[in-house]
Amino acid sequence: MAKVAFTQNIQRHVACRETVVSGSSVREVLDKLFTDIPRARTYVLDDQAALRKHMSIFIDGELIRDRVHLSDAVTETSDIYIFQALSGG
Amino acid sequence: MSDALLVSTRKGLFRVVRGSDGWAIGRADFLGDNVSIAVTDKRSGWTYAALDHGHFGVKLHRSKGLEWEEIATPTYPPKPEGLEENDMWGRPIVWSTARIWSLQPGGPNEPGVLWCGTMPGGLFRSTDHGDSWEMIRSLWDHPKRPKWNGAGFDGPGIHSIIVDPRNAKRVWIAVSTGGIWFTEDAGKSWAQRGDGMRADHVPPELTHDPLAQDVHCLTQCAAAPDRMWVQHHNGIFVSSDEGRNFTEITGVEPSVFGFPVAVHPKDPDKAWFVPGIKDEKRIPFDGRLVVTRTSDGGKNFEVLANGLPQSHAYDVVYRHALAIDETGDRLAFGSTTGGLWVSEDEGDGWSMVTHTLPPVYAVRFA
Repeated sequence: MAKVAFTQNIQRHVACRETVVSGSSVREVLDKLFTDIPRARTYVLDDQAALRKHMSIFIDGELIRDRVHLSDAVTETSDIYIFQALSGG
Repeated sequence: MSDALLVSTRKGLFRVVRGSDGWAIGRADFLGDNVSIAVTDKRSGWTYAALDHGHFGVKLHRSKGLEWEEIATPTYPPKPEGLEENDMWGRPIVWSTARIWSLQPGGPNEPGVLWCGTMPGGLFRSTDHGDSWEMIRSLWDHPKRPKWNGAGFDGPGIHSIIVDPRNAKRVWIAVSTGGIWFTEDAGKSWAQRGDGMRADHVPPELTHDPLAQDVHCLTQCAAAPDRMWVQHHNGIFVSSDEGRNFTEITGVEPSVFGFPVAVHPKDPDKAWFVPGIKDEKRIPFDGRLVVTRTSDGGKNFEVLANGLPQSHAYDVVYRHALAIDETGDRLAFGSTTGGLWVSEDEGDGWSMVTHTLPPVYAVRFA
């Protein structure tokens, strides 16, 4: 199963511990993840279920390409990182 | 008479209270977080705070004391596949709450009702104290809604919501930019209001189009609801027929440009403004922070400066950052440079509570 880790910055809003989740795409992984942590969904995805503008997801060190449908492939050994882009003040 | 203020800032929510020694910050919540607006619903006792977490989106919280709970955030419906809807720069409009810009409790006979205005232009209504929200589709699906534009922000937003004190089904909203809209059936249908306003930043054929008006703030006299005041990008406008027709007020010194307006709750002829240099500078004239007040429906204005900084003051007061209490005696305003002032005599004199807050977005009596 893929390993999923979150940015530290989300932790003060929603506790999101590192976990393992099955799924063959980013969408499938996130859907399962948010079944366990429902409050995290709106912190990562916008109202259209696309990745929020200033969030980023890496799979094995590569930024995902499909931020709208989240169709990038995930394997059993993938390391997934859900980060925020650095911006703001 | 209200003894408490909610001050929403770029870096937290501050509760300011009047004690025996005057006004002082009593409590800070959400320190470090961007609070776009907060309001206390005096019918229920709930205080609501809208947060913009940037990366993590917009969230709503409510409290009846010290503890806050996160509640449902107004959510836009799925955008239909293939629908092309672009902003004035040609970029796709994202159907997602980008900012909560107004929160307004409903009428006295509908205790759980709240209205919520957002960017990019969605209006929402809750009937259960914010546990859930329903988008007002009749407004979002109105053929003229896609013609709303951004002004200071990238997208359009609903910043003013007024519930008729005589009949809560009658509601006015104002959009920057998109003019004034009115429903008399609690949001089932909408009509544009605001004839007589004038926009000088659009082509001549659109100057008097009610849809093209950049209303900065709309307010209504509680005791005489026919009277509405507008602080507009172009100046000051007043209506005596519930916003159907407006008359422009000119010749006000030092300026007719500004963002907020407050009207006395019992005297429709008395209103306050915070002027600045329009519109590419947006700072006080000559570094002097002043409030202007009319007491005769806009024929004459006084410049109120007693207690306000009169040298090198560069405070700007945003549209939600001027408040008046239900008696009309007390006013308060906060500024972009972190100043907060209170008056207990209709603006004749002001006392500074602090000048070290984060940039102030909204001030409301609690």
